[in-house]
Amino acid sequence: MTTDFAAQGADLELVGIRKEFPGFVAVENLDLKIPAGEFFALLGPSGCGKTTTLRMIAGLESPTQGQILIGGKNVTDQKPHQRTVNTVFQNYALFPHMSVLENVAFGLRQRKVSDPVAKAQAALDMVELNHLAQRRPQQLSGGQQQRVALARALVNRPALLLLDEPLGALDLKLRRQMQIELKAIQIEVGLTFMHVTHDQEEAMDMADTVAVMNQGRIEQMGAPEKLYDRPKTAFVAKFLGQSNIFVGEVAEADSTKVSISFKGHKLTAPAERVEKSQGKVAFGVRPEKTMFHESQPQASSDVNILGPGTITDIRFTGVSNQYQIDIPEIGELTVFAQNVGKSPVVELGAEVWVSWRVEHGFGLADLPSGEEDTE
Amino acid sequence: MKFSLGKFLLPTYVALTFLFLAIPIGYTFVFSFNDSIKSNIIWRGFTWDNWLNVCGQQEVCDAFGNSLIVAVSATLVSTVLGTMIAIALVRYRFKFRNATNLILFLPLATPEVVMGAGLAAQFLDFGWQKGLGTVIIAHTMFTLSFVVVTVKARVATLDPALEEAGRDLYANPVQVFWKITFPLLLPGILAAAMLAFALSFDDFIITQFNSGALDTFPKFVYTAAARGIPAEANVIGSFVFIVAIAIVLAVQIRSSIKQRKLAK
Amino acid sequence: MAFVALGGSAPEAVQQAPRKTGRVALLLLLPGMSYLALFFLTPFVSLVLTSLKQPDPSGVIGRYDFGFELGNYAYAVTQYLPQILRSFSFALVATVIALAVSYPIAYFIAVKARNKPLLKGLLLTLVVAPFFISMLLRTFAWKQIFSNDSWIVNTLKDLGVFGADSYIIGTNFAVIFGLVYNFIPFMTLPIFSSLDRLDLRLVEAGADLYANPATTFRKITFPLSLPGVISGTLLTFIPISGDYVVASRDFLGGPETAMMGNVVEANFLRIQDYPTASALSVMLMAAIVLLVSAYVRKSGTEDLL
Repeated sequence: MTTDFAAQGADLELVGIRKEFPGFVAVENLDLKIPAGEFFALLGPSGCGKTTTLRMIAGLESPTQGQILIGGKNVTDQKPHQRTVNTVFQNYALFPHMSVLENVAFGLRQRKVSDPVAKAQAALDMVELNHLAQRRPQQLSGGQQQRVALARALVNRPALLLLDEPLGALDLKLRRQMQIELKAIQIEVGLTFMHVTHDQEEAMDMADTVAVMNQGRIEQMGAPEKLYDRPKTAFVAKFLGQSNIFVGEVAEADSTKVSISFKGHKLTAPAERVEKSQGKVAFGVRPEKTMFHESQPQASSDVNILGPGTITDIRFTGVSNQYQIDIPEIGELTVFAQNVGKSPVVELGAEVWVSWRVEHGFGLADLPSGEEDTE
Repeated sequence: MKFSLGKFLLPTYVALTFLFLAIPIGYTFVFSFNDSIKSNIIWRGFTWDNWLNVCGQQEVCDAFGNSLIVAVSATLVSTVLGTMIAIALVRYRFKFRNATNLILFLPLATPEVVMGAGLAAQFLDFGWQKGLGTVIIAHTMFTLSFVVVTVKARVATLDPALEEAGRDLYANPVQVFWKITFPLLLPGILAAAMLAFALSFDDFIITQFNSGALDTFPKFVYTAAARGIPAEANVIGSFVFIVAIAIVLAVQIRSSIKQRKLAK
Repeated sequence: MAFVALGGSAPEAVQQAPRKTGRVALLLLLPGMSYLALFFLTPFVSLVLTSLKQPDPSGVIGRYDFGFELGNYAYAVTQYLPQILRSFSFALVATVIALAVSYPIAYFIAVKARNKPLLKGLLLTLVVAPFFISMLLRTFAWKQIFSNDSWIVNTLKDLGVFGADSYIIGTNFAVIFGLVYNFIPFMTLPIFSSLDRLDLRLVEAGADLYANPATTFRKITFPLSLPGVISGTLLTFIPISGDYVVASRDFLGGPETAMMGNVVEANFLRIQDYPTASALSVMLMAAIVLLVSAYVRKSGTEDLL
């Protein structure tokens, strides 16, 4: 039983991972590299294969094809109890027939580490739960159980810590607090964390690198800001935040910009932000980068303009107002306007134009479903 | 409210029914104190003798002892075999699932006389002598399905994530079973064992067909019924009843105390 | 079915689709299932074979040769038709009465005592308590209570309800009474189990939609408790049809109350007419199998256990 524990985290590498279940393919062809010491988030909707991927890394499932390397070592054939990986489970999976302390000490005892009780108490100290050491898990609140689960995994100082939607069962305020704590702990202990979640805000907030997964594949991977600023596929554009998407044929393309013809209007985006510059291309822009005007704005080469249209819905979300604008023959656009108190006061039905600066647009590598190229 | 009389109707009915259910228990208990000579039919007077000297009628004690031996042996075997089956049913995928469920169900739906006669016919064909061995075999057989049902219900409450957490925390499969699965299943296994024991101890029909000359307690009572059941049998019957009720009540009180402690 | 009614406050079942495959499953199943195959299934083969045996030519009692004597069945039916019919009619009557008696008890414990766990546990214990005294002692107690010079019989005679020659022991009434008594727990527990799972808000919805209590019971409560009722009915009817202790002449029975079980007992253990006894057993089992397969065809096998 290999118990080589890193003083800090180790690299994780997935090569050509594929997982088939009877009747469907959960993970198609996964290649992934996470450098040591990083907080990595695997983000995607339910059913995208992220939990399956996590279970394969933990050893609880075997890949149909491919290899898993931890710290450069091929662990694909190792059983879970042989891997230097620990998991924080979605519903915590705390052993109900043991005290909190015994739960945390369990892994240490199995590995025959010396002085398990003292180390377990130190781990409980780190999550500020030492005073509950003798209680049973059932007597603790959700947030406390979560922290015990974390301590139970961390006390083993694994090369890689896997977190399976650990904050899902907590209420909003507690979740925010735990996000901050988790990030702080990760930085402090320097371990590699892999966090699986469907909550994009959580992923963007905590992670150094985010991978967006859809139907068994990673669609895009990178730092949260980069992913948000420049989504490369329609799925990422709509799953991570919201986007207005326009599909049209490329009209002009040179080294600085690309323009498409969208239902009679010309829309331009910077060439370096466009993935595909031939044929039918989908352009997009984030709603918070758009604005609306009550009178037709002046045309300019820096700005894309669409309109006129009518405001069909206004939603107040505290921080911002969200406007749905229906432009005839074009469709619906969403505009977010920050609630700074001095925005133009408009009502439902008002006639407005929508504009955004060219540099904020992006061009996707694929088309939204329903608009596929018929090549 | 229109049904205010109805509110009392149901509880009264239930109370009366429980009284009714208790009549033979009371009768048996009372007559265990009867100062009878041989047959315990007419009340002759109160005495402690029967209780103090249970083995005055040696056959009663012998039969009781045999029942205990059979029940303990059968319980051990059927609890182990049945627990294994229950775990497989809940946790594993395998072919012939329907057939397995059906085969496990049939003993519960077969009249005892059919099972008893069948086994007896088989022992006849095999040429096996009927006695202690054949009784234990028979009892193990018919208690098995009861064990499976009881343990299965308990296995169903076991979150698989707990065992996965154990493997994640460096326990190999054998350690996971003994340190996590088994302790959590134990209440169900114990309940199954108690059920199997009770069923075996009280069994008559299957025993009568398969025990040859060996007497178990129910068999003794049956054959004694013709000439008169000695009061000592009432003593043993009452004694078993008191012990059983005590165990059941103790378990319930203990679990309600536990519940209250956890809720704090 | 409903054997875990005594489990009391067991934790809720966790959704788990059977996940793991592999040889471990076979290893776990093999010992127990082979045991059942050897000592439950093959006895049926022995039973059928024995029912077809012929008497040994040497004429020794109890010795038989393998054969194909279907005549054994004809003999069994013609000889014992009254007992066969009586078994099923007793079983039917006793089951119906047991249902009527047990349903209110199950209802009371499952619905009225739902929020009082101590009371619930106590009541369930009381229902099951008769089990803890040997069935033979229980039945024998009733025999004494109903015997010819018992208090009850004498009082009924004094009141003029009974004639001087009237008796209870040995009548159909006595046997059915004893059968019902012994099987009340078998009927109560499954019904209790079903009703325990009844969502009372459905009953409230009924009331909200203008149904009076009787209609609510008929259209909502009873149909939802049907699985338990069917379970209980099967668990009562089947054992009763094969019983012979209650109907035995040493207990509550008489010369005119013999059931199939009594005949099988007499033929197998006393007369040593194994073929006839086996033929009767096979016929009884066939009837039960028909009954159960009708049930299984409707509800599948997963709910059986």
